[in-house]
Amino acid sequence: MSPLLEVSGLTVRLPVGHQPKPVLSDVSLTIAAGEALGLVGESGSGKSMTARAVARLLPPGAQVEGDIRYAGTDLRALRGQQLRELRTRVAVVFQDPRAHVNPVRRIGDFLTEALRLTGRVSRREATDRAVRALDEVAVADGRRLLDRYPHQLSGGMLQRVMIAAALLTEPRLLLADEPTTALDVTTQAEVMAIIDGLRRQRGLSLLFITHDLDLAAAVCDRTAVMYAGRIVETRPSALLHGHPLHPYTAALGAARPSVTTRVDRLATIPGRPLSAFEVPDGCAFAARCVYAQDPCRTHRPELASVDEGEVACLRAEDLRETLAVTHG
Amino acid sequence: MDEPVLQVEHVRKVFGDLVAVQDVSLSLPGGGSTAIVGESGSGKTTLAHIVVGLVRPTAGRVMACGRDRTHRPSSRRERRERGREVQMVFQDPYASLDPRQTPAAALDEVLRLHFRLGAAQRRTRVSELAGLVGLDDRQMGAAPASLSGGQRQRVAIARALASEPRVLILDESVAALDVSVQAQVLNVLADVRARTAVAYLFISHDLAVVRQVADEILVMRHGTVVEQGPARDVLDRPQHPYTQLLRDCVPRPGWRPQRRRVPAGKEAQ
Repeated sequence: MSPLLEVSGLTVRLPVGHQPKPVLSDVSLTIAAGEALGLVGESGSGKSMTARAVARLLPPGAQVEGDIRYAGTDLRALRGQQLRELRTRVAVVFQDPRAHVNPVRRIGDFLTEALRLTGRVSRREATDRAVRALDEVAVADGRRLLDRYPHQLSGGMLQRVMIAAALLTEPRLLLADEPTTALDVTTQAEVMAIIDGLRRQRGLSLLFITHDLDLAAAVCDRTAVMYAGRIVETRPSALLHGHPLHPYTAALGAARPSVTTRVDRLATIPGRPLSAFEVPDGCAFAARCVYAQDPCRTHRPELASVDEGEVACLRAEDLRETLAVTHG
Repeated sequence: MDEPVLQVEHVRKVFGDLVAVQDVSLSLPGGGSTAIVGESGSGKTTLAHIVVGLVRPTAGRVMACGRDRTHRPSSRRERRERGREVQMVFQDPYASLDPRQTPAAALDEVLRLHFRLGAAQRRTRVSELAGLVGLDDRQMGAAPASLSGGQRQRVAIARALASEPRVLILDESVAALDVSVQAQVLNVLADVRARTAVAYLFISHDLAVVRQVADEILVMRHGTVVEQGPARDVLDRPQHPYTQLLRDCVPRPGWRPQRRRVPAGKEAQ
C-alpha cells in the first residue's frame, strides 16, 4: 500500500538578510493511512517547518526543493480551489490555540466558518455538526460553548475547540505541532487521549510534533528524530526509545531527568542545538558528539536502512553495543 | 538539621473573590531544597511572589533568616537586606536581562549595591560567579542578545547568587529550555548547592525535574497544599488522589492517557 503522505528530499531555504539559508535539508518521511509518526527535536531542528511545508504554510520567500505527495498528489503544484480542498483533508493544530483563533469572533462562528465556506452547508446543519465535533473532543453540552468568546475559555478547552475545528472537514491527516506543550500535565493527558482516540476511531493519520521523546514514544507508532534541519533516525517508537542507534537520540533520552530515579549528574550534551544553516561540513551533530571521529567531521552521513528503520550515522554499526549498554 | 532559613506560616492571599493561596505553611532548612508542584492556578507562583516580597499576604507570616518579611520594609537598609537574603530566577531568560547591560556589568551592579569591595575584588568575584555557572569571559562581556537561552538563564542564576542569598527562588526556571540545555542548567544548580550554602525553593509543574532537584515536595491545588513530604515518598507513593493523577499524567512508553468528559458549562464566566 502506498503511504498517505510521502515527503522526499525536502529542502527549504528561507531568506535571512540577503542570503537564502537552509532550514530543512533533505528531509524524507512517510506516513501510512491510520499511522502516527512522531517528529521529535529541539528548537531550530526544523520539525515545525516540516509540518508547515506539508500544510503549504511556509513564510513568503521560502525556496522549496524536493517532493511532497499527499495520496499521490503533488502538494507543491496546488493552487486556489485545489489548495482549499487539500486543507479540508490535511488539518493542522498548533501549540498556542490563542494565537490561532480570532479573539473577537464567537466559538460557534469559528467552528462553522470552514463548513460554511467550502461545504455548501446550511447554518443549522453546520451548527449541529459543530456540536457533534465538540462531543467527539469530550465536551459535553457543546451548544453552550458556541456563543462564548475565546477569552472566556481555558487553554485546555480552547485546544479542544481547535481540534474539533480541525475535525469538522473530516480530514485524513492531522498535523499536530506541539498541541499540548502550553497545557498543564493533566490537561495534556486529556488532550492526548482525545487525539489518540480520534486516530483509532477515524483511522486518522497523525504527524505529531513534540520536543518530548517520552510523549512521542507513548502515542506514536514510529518516531523520527530531527537535528539541525535533518532527520537523523526514524524507527518504531519502542525500539527508538529503548535502543537508540543514533548518538543524538541516545543523548536526548539520557539528558531528560526521570520521574522514577534521581541521578547524581544528568548526562548533558555539550554546547547548544544548531540550526541547519550553521552546520559545518560532515555530520551536523559531530561537534557535540562524544563518539565523533575524524571522518564524522568531513563526511555527511546519509540515512541508511537498519533495524526496521533508518539512521544517519557513520558509526551506527560500531556504536550499536555501546549505546545499548549505556541506554538499555 | 540546619536552622530553617525560610519559614512560611499560615499564609493566605485573596485577590477580590479569589482565594489564591489558602493557609500554606512550609519550612526550608539552610542548604535544603523544597519544590512546590502544581498546575496553573494552583497558587504556586503567588506563594513565590509572597516569599520574595513582590506580593503582600492577606494573612500569615513569612520569616527569612530570622527577619519578618510580611510587611513593608521600614527603611532602605531593611529593604536591601531582604533583597540580599532572598533572590529569585524567573522562567523567561529572554525577558529577565537588561538588553543593554553585559552579564559582567549586571553582576558588578549587584556587588556594588550589597558589598564594599574594590574594583579588582569585584572583578575577581564576577569571574568566580561566572565559573560557578559555567560561563567564560567572552560570554560575560557579550550583549545578552548574542547569548542562547541556556546561557542567559545561567547569567540570571549567577546574578541572583551575586548577593550571596540564603534562599534562591526558582520559578519554572528550566521550563523554557531545550532538553539538552535543561540538563546543563540542572547540573549547574546541583553544583551551586553543593558548593554554597544556598537553599532552593523550586517552583515547577514538571515532576521529573523536581525529582532531580528537590529533597522535599509540596503539592498545591487551588491554593491549598494537598500533599507534602520527602520527594521520594511523594513521587513513589503518592497518597492524595490529585498527586496520583499528576504522577499518572507523566508520559512514558506504553502510557494510555485517560479521556475525561468536561462539561462546557464549567467554563461559564
